[in-house]
Amino acid sequence: MTYIAKPKFHHPGLPKNELGYTHRDYEGKISTLCAGCGHDSITAAIIEACFQLSIEPHRVAKISGIGCSSKTPDYFLGNSHGFNSVHGRMPSVLTGANLANRDLIYLGVSGDGDSASIGFGQFAHSIRRGVNMTYIVENNGVYGLTKGQFSATADRGSKSKRGVVNSDNAIDLAAMALQLGASFVARSFSGDKTQLVPIVEAAIRHKGAAFIDVISPCVAFNNHAGSTKSFDYVREHNEAVNRLDIITGRAPIHIEQAPGTVQMVEQHDGTRLALRKLDADYDAHDRLAAMAFLQKHAAKGQVVTGLLYVDPEADDLHSHLNTVDAALNTLEAKDLCPGQSALDKINAALR
Amino acid sequence: MKPTNISAPDYFHKVVDCQWACPAHTPVPEYIRLIAEGRYGDAYMINWKSNVFPGILGRTCDRPCEPACRRGRVEKDPVAICRLKRVAADYKEDVKPRMPKPVARKNGKRVALVGGGPASLAVARDLAPLGYQCTVFDQDPQAGGMMRTQIPKFRLPDSVIDEECGYIIDLGIEFVGGKRIDSMKKLLSENYDAIFVGSGAPRGRELEIPGRKEAAKNIHIGIDWLSSVSFGHTSKIGKRVIVLGGGNTAMDCCRTARRLGGDEVKVIVRSGFEEMKASPWEKEDAMHEDIPILNMLVPKEFTHDNGKLTGVVFEKVKAVRDDKGRRNLVPTGEPDQHFECDDVLVAVGQENAFPWIERDIGIEFDKWDMPKVDPKTMASTNPMVFFGGDAAFGPKNIIWAVAHGHDAALSIHKMLSGEDVNERPLPDVQVSSQKMGIHEWSYDNDISADKRFRVPHRDKVVALKDIKAEVELGFDPKLGFNEAQRCLNCDVQTVFATQLCIECDACVDICPMDCITFTENGEEADLRTRLKAPAKNLTQDLYVSETLKTGRVMVKDEDVCLHCGLCAERCPTGAWDMQKYLIDMTHANSPCQQQARSAA
Repeated sequence: MTYIAKPKFHHPGLPKNELGYTHRDYEGKISTLCAGCGHDSITAAIIEACFQLSIEPHRVAKISGIGCSSKTPDYFLGNSHGFNSVHGRMPSVLTGANLANRDLIYLGVSGDGDSASIGFGQFAHSIRRGVNMTYIVENNGVYGLTKGQFSATADRGSKSKRGVVNSDNAIDLAAMALQLGASFVARSFSGDKTQLVPIVEAAIRHKGAAFIDVISPCVAFNNHAGSTKSFDYVREHNEAVNRLDIITGRAPIHIEQAPGTVQMVEQHDGTRLALRKLDADYDAHDRLAAMAFLQKHAAKGQVVTGLLYVDPEADDLHSHLNTVDAALNTLEAKDLCPGQSALDKINAALR
Repeated sequence: MKPTNISAPDYFHKVVDCQWACPAHTPVPEYIRLIAEGRYGDAYMINWKSNVFPGILGRTCDRPCEPACRRGRVEKDPVAICRLKRVAADYKEDVKPRMPKPVARKNGKRVALVGGGPASLAVARDLAPLGYQCTVFDQDPQAGGMMRTQIPKFRLPDSVIDEECGYIIDLGIEFVGGKRIDSMKKLLSENYDAIFVGSGAPRGRELEIPGRKEAAKNIHIGIDWLSSVSFGHTSKIGKRVIVLGGGNTAMDCCRTARRLGGDEVKVIVRSGFEEMKASPWEKEDAMHEDIPILNMLVPKEFTHDNGKLTGVVFEKVKAVRDDKGRRNLVPTGEPDQHFECDDVLVAVGQENAFPWIERDIGIEFDKWDMPKVDPKTMASTNPMVFFGGDAAFGPKNIIWAVAHGHDAALSIHKMLSGEDVNERPLPDVQVSSQKMGIHEWSYDNDISADKRFRVPHRDKVVALKDIKAEVELGFDPKLGFNEAQRCLNCDVQTVFATQLCIECDACVDICPMDCITFTENGEEADLRTRLKAPAKNLTQDLYVSETLKTGRVMVKDEDVCLHCGLCAERCPTGAWDMQKYLIDMTHANSPCQQQARSAA
């Protein structure tokens, strides 16, 4: 929480994107979250990703539910559309908005409480329907707004700040998303923007349901010894399977020359993803293997991060339902009401 | 890079760009905050301690602080530091009770000071409270030197000079006015314990071109003419006046001429407009008074008729770079230009002159006939004799004279205490946290977006009628407050504690200026290219932490930091803190020399 507004001055040498904006132009209001909250880093990553992709802010709709995470859309893209919905109902509101206007970029921001507890069903259905969206879960394993009770993603055996051991099994949202048919699944860490920013960019450019589980330490209630979602734990147990570079038409190619093979993945819109494998055995195109890999490493207490699965040929809900191309608000009466003769024809066919 | 040693006094001093640039190292942000609080007297006393003449400098300083001001790199214009100093002087309560009292018991040491200008007065100010018997000699009846005789009254009223020289004289100094020192040998024989020479650069440079002698009646040397005006000996000048020269004296000459009957006053300069030595604001003020500045014209001849000046002939030149890259002025080949005029004021430079210093008394002179002076101690080759101000290294300005005065006073005090003059005590440095609450600081960290405020001026018609009417009216308290709020508080330093950092990136994300980066360490040149925003200003340091848990380092580019404290507000562990850095430059006073000081 900070009382003063962030000064408008910016560094005179800041780079500008294709639209002539600096990354400062993608900011929102100043965060009211606790100092050091991982969520603020994810906010910064989203700002950076939208800046890098030269996205026009008015082409974005950010939708959230309830919780610390769901407050964050106020802190980025101050000139975009937003809908702060009911607890756990972000996926439903997003699905509706997406059906009404497919031309916008949909950014669903949720937390582990919002998506893995009250909104678990909503989460599942939006993923299995293949809604074209970027679904980001800011996952800290606790209910921060109610003072740090375990959430459904807290690992079994991890300790609360007061020393209570969690006896429930954890929901792995990335594994769930894989199982539910998401066509883009990634996991990252708020403390590693070099990994997170390209993943957010790739997800935004992905057509279909893109799901990102971002481990985001809660500095107030879940950043202690015994937590499995602390800065130290995640840094020590981070098992990154790959590093991602995103190549759009214009952006120069920056691929680190490091050991490991580079796999190129081309998405629908021509964006190419350069996946530098860190784990030689990991194949980001194999859903079943990815699920097994996640389970195996979770059992060892490791946090698997990176782009876990991508289907570059994916389709979305609109293609499945064969809906009209235009946004619904652009349809005129004549498009919606074909007239008496058309109705007569239909009626005749049913006689 | 190695971790930055923030306990070296200079590191944070350099971050306070204004204070670092000030020859006397005035704690600028500290007094600007006091002005914002309405504590004008406190602000004045801070200035008085550092620069001795706040009211005078608040009107006339060459302000090296302002080009250095960080605000000028963040937006367009620096904070109006100089004019804020005047706000403190104008609105202070009576500060007389806060001045040191004359010492009841002198220490028996006598110091003679030659010249009653800023350098000598600064030395006397520092030495008198320590018990020294200081005697100041000046050719003029009143103290002040060039501040009184060469700066026009419409820029610096006598009342301000009287007040601030008075504070010094009242310390129990003997001022001997109307006495010109003719022989250093004689002065040395009068058994003083030390002698300080602060006699300025009193001679205006001549312009020896044809016609100079014949038309001498209407050709005046700028500084002599200005002091003659100042003393009331001259009160008229011809209708058409040409001022030759492009420095601040030329600007004073032309504006004075405008007030003494000069209807058509021109400044004509050899060099281009940008290369002129005059401060930009002085050129502006002159042009505002309808005085054109003509450039690239070299005076060739004074024309005259029957012993009366009729004008000046100029050769047109252009600037050409030679193969070594030096700029030379070469004739364009166009026909010479003749400007008619009734009077000419020559302000083409000042020179030192020491005909009164005998060359056989141990004071060595260099090949330019300037005394050999140690720039650190201000000592000449005669251990008893010290120099300062324009007399030491040629014409500079008041604030340099004050800085020299402090250094010379320290040297004299050390010498007469039997200590080594070359050993200079370290400055006293204090660094203290400004944290008052989770996001409360003892300074106002909300950055003002205001542009620089203009100082109100007296109506031109009125100002040009009265040579004593001060042109600048100064900020009123409200304008002063608003201008003070533009200061970025660069003395409130961002201090980083490596061992507390958990690398959560909160500071990186919040920093409005993208100053902070966490990255792998490297050589400075390489690091500068790898930061969140490129660190291209090589005059500004990088602040590098020790190695963090992830093997990275924190690198902060000091260049455009707003000192808004948001990094510290957003830091969950207090790894960042905002700490006020105060540096107390070593002046001559008793305790400083006994105890060795350690920095921060």
